[in-house]
Amino acid sequence: MSDVLAITEHRRGELRDVSFELVTAGADLVGDTGGDLHLAVIGGDTDGFAEELSLDGVDTIHTVTEGDEFNHDVYVQAVTELYEELDPTYVLIGNTVNGLDYAPAVAEGLDLPLVTDAVGLQNDGTLEVTREMYASKVESTIEVNADRAVVTIRPGEWDATEAAGEPAVEVFDFTLDESRVRSRVTGFEEVGSGDVDISEADVLVSVGRGIEEEENIELVQDLADALDATLSSSRPIVDNGWLPKDRQVGQSGKVVTPKVYLAVGISGAVQHVAGMKGAENIIAINTDPDAPIFDIADYGIVGDLFDVVPELIEQFE
Amino acid sequence: MKVLVTVKEVAEVEEDFQLDGLRVAEQYLDYDLNEWDEYAVEAAVQIAEENDDVEVVSATIGPERSEETIRMALAKGVDRAIRVWDDALEDVDLLDVGAKTRLLSAVVEEEEPDLVLTGVQANDDSFGATGVSLASAIDFEWAAVVNDLDLDIDGAVANVRRELEGGVEELTEVDLPAVLTIQTGINEPRYASLRGIRQAQSKEIKPMALSDLGLDGAALESDLVLTDMYEPETESEATYFEGGAGEQAAELATVLREKGVGAQ
Repeated sequence: MSDVLAITEHRRGELRDVSFELVTAGADLVGDTGGDLHLAVIGGDTDGFAEELSLDGVDTIHTVTEGDEFNHDVYVQAVTELYEELDPTYVLIGNTVNGLDYAPAVAEGLDLPLVTDAVGLQNDGTLEVTREMYASKVESTIEVNADRAVVTIRPGEWDATEAAGEPAVEVFDFTLDESRVRSRVTGFEEVGSGDVDISEADVLVSVGRGIEEEENIELVQDLADALDATLSSSRPIVDNGWLPKDRQVGQSGKVVTPKVYLAVGISGAVQHVAGMKGAENIIAINTDPDAPIFDIADYGIVGDLFDVVPELIEQFE
Repeated sequence: MKVLVTVKEVAEVEEDFQLDGLRVAEQYLDYDLNEWDEYAVEAAVQIAEENDDVEVVSATIGPERSEETIRMALAKGVDRAIRVWDDALEDVDLLDVGAKTRLLSAVVEEEEPDLVLTGVQANDDSFGATGVSLASAIDFEWAAVVNDLDLDIDGAVANVRRELEGGVEELTEVDLPAVLTIQTGINEPRYASLRGIRQAQSKEIKPMALSDLGLDGAALESDLVLTDMYEPETESEATYFEGGAGEQAAELATVLREKGVGAQ
């Protein structure tokens, strides 16, 4: 019997999607091994969140009423105390910015092995974790030769559990050691509220690292103009300061759902794909036939953007 | 004040490659300074430039080959470097977060920095966890995925922005000493100047074996075993346009027009 403790995530009053995916991953794991699935909700509207998380496969929801928003010092203490109380075999956490802000500290403090960014989990007596390496070019399997572990799961890799269930809801009381809270969240800010909203565009021409130089952005802008489309980009273009942050598509940028998404010189890193996979039609132009963008593209051109884009502009002039 | 910045030499895999057991065959790998660490180095060097009496020391776990990468960091303004390596590391397929934490904790104990900067992740194994794990082990405060840093040395606080998902940033005050994991885009990493490259040649890269750090092979023990490595199956269902650039563009134009693009 192996119990699983999954730590849900919320922000600004809403549960994040990964919370519901953690339920699926956790239920799959206890399905392999037997045992109970425990969820934890820490901070915020714990009662409301517990109601939303009363889902099929969940045995018990533990609510910790401490603070409104995520604070990693609180989360580390709460999860550590919960772990010691419940003695689960596995702790599951979302591989999100906040997940990666406390999961490693929990694992280190409890002296547990940590595997991050899991895209697959299997347990036939031993936990096997599938993950990606080298910018998704290689997949690997890691065997966890320990009784217990902390694993973070990649958002979007498991379906969200939606079916209702009837878990027990229990308030978990613990005494927070205030002297160990050495960081304070003072606010949030939306970034990139410029005059263009790429999330509203019907047609996006999006440019990535393949454009090589800042002055070449003009070529892709010309294409966007010819197609009456809006220009967007992947992260490296914004990091280089070649386009403003409000043009960035991806996990940390905007999520877009245009009718047509034309990816020019974009390899398709998982963080980028997270922001655009909902596009109705995805078209990719890239020199590398194995680029991950082609895995989700509807139409593909394996070719040099510097040859193809001028020809395409000509087609529309 | 002393800033320790972790610098990793990462392997990048060429477009076409072959696996050799649990590794990518050596001839398909190119080595470079980890992209995230480049921004961490720049952040550290900027702190040294903006404040008096700041020493920037880099720490790398890597074989002798990685000295080339370390020199790049030295050329950009890092004052001196530490390179941790040991024969015992040669045959380790997977140096997990716990093992890296033990090695870097020993370096911290040796150097006693006031601030540690790391990249958010390494783009080869992408664990994204060493910085926060290290902070926990050395009892420093921390912040992960920092894309803006305003250091108040006198007040012993780092005011940071953390880049959350969906275009939201969190503003947080972090007590020093701290470990900050640095996100790309926080600054513009400088190119090494010719003068910097010349100066880097005379800067110290101190090799340290496990025994120099008061450790033995037990520090490398891990419960995680790499058991398989393979190329993911391609799942592409895309319709590809063949021919020269002109033909490809013409076919794509037809499809785009069918979708109503450029109809005006």
